[in-house]
Amino acid sequence: MVLVLALGDLHVPHRAADLPPKFKSMLVPGKIQHIICTGNLCIKEIHDYLKTICPDLHIVRGEFDEDARYPETKTLTIGQFKLGLCHGHQVIPWGDLDSLAMLQRQLDVDILVTGHTHQFTAYKHEGGVVINPGSATGAYSSINQDVNPSFVLMDIDGLRVVVYVYELIDGEVKVDKIDFKKASTSTSAP
Amino acid sequence: MHRALDANNLREVLKYSALMLSELRTSKLSPQKYYDLYMRAFDQLRQLEIFLRDESRHGLPVVDLYELVQHAGNILPRMYLLCTVGSVYIKSKQAPSKDVLKDLVEMCRGVQHPIRGLFLRSYLTQVSRDKLPEIGSDYQGDANTVMDAVEFVLQNFTEINKLWVRIQHQGPGTVREKQEKERNELRDLVGKNLHVLGQIEGVHLEMYKETVLPRILEQVVNCKDDFAQYYLMECIIQVFPDEYHLQTLETLLAACTQLMPTVDTKIVLTQLMDRLSNYAVSSPDVLHEFLQVEAFAKLNNAIGKVIDTQIEMPIVGAMTLFVSLLTFALRVHPDRLDYVDQVLGACVVKLSSGPKLEDARAMKQVVALLSAPLEKYNDIVTALTLSNYPRVMDHLDDGTNKLMAMLIIQSIMKNNSCISTADKVEVLFELIKGLIKDLDGNAYRGEDFQEEQNSVARLINMLDNEEPEEMLKIICVVRKHLMTGGTRRLPFTIPPLIFSALRLVRQLESQGGDMTGEDLPATPRKIFQILNQTIEVLSSVPCPELALRLYLQCAEAASDCDLEPAAYEFFTQAFILYEEEIADSKAQVTAIHLIAGTLQRINVFGVENRDTLTPKATGGGYSARLLKKPDQCRAVYACSHLFWVDDLDGIKDGERALLCLRRALRIANAAQQMANATRGSSGSVTLFVEILNKYIYFYEKGSPHITPSDIQSLIELINTEMQSDNNGNTRTHSDPFFTSTLRYMRFQKQKGGLMGDKYELIKL
Repeated sequence: MVLVLALGDLHVPHRAADLPPKFKSMLVPGKIQHIICTGNLCIKEIHDYLKTICPDLHIVRGEFDEDARYPETKTLTIGQFKLGLCHGHQVIPWGDLDSLAMLQRQLDVDILVTGHTHQFTAYKHEGGVVINPGSATGAYSSINQDVNPSFVLMDIDGLRVVVYVYELIDGEVKVDKIDFKKASTSTSAP
Repeated sequence: MHRALDANNLREVLKYSALMLSELRTSKLSPQKYYDLYMRAFDQLRQLEIFLRDESRHGLPVVDLYELVQHAGNILPRMYLLCTVGSVYIKSKQAPSKDVLKDLVEMCRGVQHPIRGLFLRSYLTQVSRDKLPEIGSDYQGDANTVMDAVEFVLQNFTEINKLWVRIQHQGPGTVREKQEKERNELRDLVGKNLHVLGQIEGVHLEMYKETVLPRILEQVVNCKDDFAQYYLMECIIQVFPDEYHLQTLETLLAACTQLMPTVDTKIVLTQLMDRLSNYAVSSPDVLHEFLQVEAFAKLNNAIGKVIDTQIEMPIVGAMTLFVSLLTFALRVHPDRLDYVDQVLGACVVKLSSGPKLEDARAMKQVVALLSAPLEKYNDIVTALTLSNYPRVMDHLDDGTNKLMAMLIIQSIMKNNSCISTADKVEVLFELIKGLIKDLDGNAYRGEDFQEEQNSVARLINMLDNEEPEEMLKIICVVRKHLMTGGTRRLPFTIPPLIFSALRLVRQLESQGGDMTGEDLPATPRKIFQILNQTIEVLSSVPCPELALRLYLQCAEAASDCDLEPAAYEFFTQAFILYEEEIADSKAQVTAIHLIAGTLQRINVFGVENRDTLTPKATGGGYSARLLKKPDQCRAVYACSHLFWVDDLDGIKDGERALLCLRRALRIANAAQQMANATRGSSGSVTLFVEILNKYIYFYEKGSPHITPSDIQSLIELINTEMQSDNNGNTRTHSDPFFTSTLRYMRFQKQKGGLMGDKYELIKL
């Protein structure tokens, strides 16, 4: 059982002062093995904060990030799964599933994690799963009119990944979960 | 002497006791050593007392004993013996306690040597302790009995203090330090009397107020000895109950102001205030007493007087006093903001009267003074109502001012406070002006600069009001302050302001209603004007990339409000920035993605505007002129989406989309040839596969301009490219992509239905 935290689009301090207190109290150091971040933190303080939750931090560049050295895309393997990470402003049209599926094929990953739309989504398609953890601070977005703060926790266990999405709606944290299974280890086919 | 005791021989006993006590006549011992000697004598005297008490052993009635011991040769042994006998006398109840005690305390006057007299009187205190004529004791006298007891102790105390003070003046000035040490060792002997006073049964508030305290304070003030004064004031505060202090506050404070200037009155006053604070906190029902007695006002006045009279006191001392008083006010009267403001006001007066504050320790105290209300109230809004708060901050130096401003912001963040009116925002930004702009023209550039500016940025997110009019006022106030910040601050502080405004626009838009009235204070159009002007200021920094992003954000927002001219204007500004300011290749690629992505989503443009803007991005415009061919290729095919929007009434121009794809293909071919020419091997087929994916995209969406044969030939092309490598190797890195693309097409094919039909004609 490997816990992977996926979050992004915090936009601190441009569009938000900080993570919601209820999220902060849930993100306790030492419980999570990896963090993958879709970008747009935007400042070093947030980077350092995420590092305290888990030192294994993977991050890609969002268009407002202060640090220009983050890569445009990143791939990594966790357990039996290959994960791909990309902020998403590079994929036009923004939020379009087919275009994201193309990126997924290109990166050759089972799970593609991307952001930019500030909208939580988890799609399963022919090539795998696309997950968007939304905006962890509920930051303003030109794409999405109604943003609730959200993040995703993935529990990777063998060939199975359970995706927990945490959303802050009207001051309460609501949790939902989705199961994905991968057919075999050799290919990334469903 | 013991042998005489055993033998019950009175004469001998007395003779030997006197001999022993003569040892105490020495002047050569240090107080510590004298104390040792004294203790040993004390033990012996206890034996003596037991002997004397038992009349049967020596045969003399105690009255006679009393006479007898007065014949001892030297005064010191005589007095010790007298006290001992006196103790027996009182115990025998043959004479009233008060008479004997009065006699003894008078006669002790005979010993005027400071140390010897001190110990003698101390002995008197010790033996008389349980024989005072207090209420409920065996020795209770008539109606005035408590007064008698009090009178005795007071007199003893007065004399002891005088002796103690006199030690100071014994030797030459050079041994002062040694004397101080000696006096320190002896002070408990003096203090004990006060303890006794505090424990006398029957001394109630009236007596304390009328007699006891005034007499003690008289001695304290009149002895004019700073050492004694300091110790005794402390003693008084600790020994007597807090309720008494509260009721005698005026008297106590008056005494404090009369103390010698070298006495550290601050500590005395602080101790007093601490005790009273604890008292108030532990029993809340005494609060009304505090108010009745006007405790705060009295303390305030006393402190003021102390500061004024002790002109030698360094500023840090005055500040410490204010901190103590403020702590008192916050603990005892937390709801009385006027008290808090008064303390701050007094502080301002003091700071204004002197030169500019430079002492670091004093500065620290002022910071403590300003932080206390923040911590107590947990709500910055309360602190904002204190009229003297900003005035105190004005006296801090630049560095400390910034520190204080950061503390204020941290307090807001920690408590999740929301500041919701323009007036309060104005006050707040005045308070933190050390962060907002360069004070006194000094360009302070420490390592904390970024952190400070980011804090200000975060703060802007905490300013909110649901009322659009008020929110717009807030935005304007903030804008006004931020504009004074100079070019180094703007890139940090302007973005949160922009997004605040965009949130307001969205709120107005969702509320609906008539948005077009020019006389309405808050309309999207007006806000976009402000936004335009604000982003323009960034050009003075300059930070074109940031400004471009902000323009695009505004463009999309304007489109959502159906404000075509505003949206067009924002795009124009973005394009100008791109063409004139953004030269870095990587930055250009990102900028193109943002421009194209935004443009793709905007539906407000009419045909004319669209036809002006779109070509700039695509084809003959920016995309095709990127430096690296792969970047060009990708940008061009991304722009194909500008011609196809999946909405109900979105544009669906398959022909122009295909034109983009074909152009991308040409660029990919050119890139391939270049790779062949320069490196002798073909580049990867990735670009071709990407373009293939795009062909599929539009084909599946139903564009009539893309035919199965187009797709087929592209597949062939890729196969060919993969095999034609000069070295005969098959490239492996693009295989997965091509493979998975083919796999996807097969998957679609076997779906059947409409999708399956589409793929029917393609050989996979």
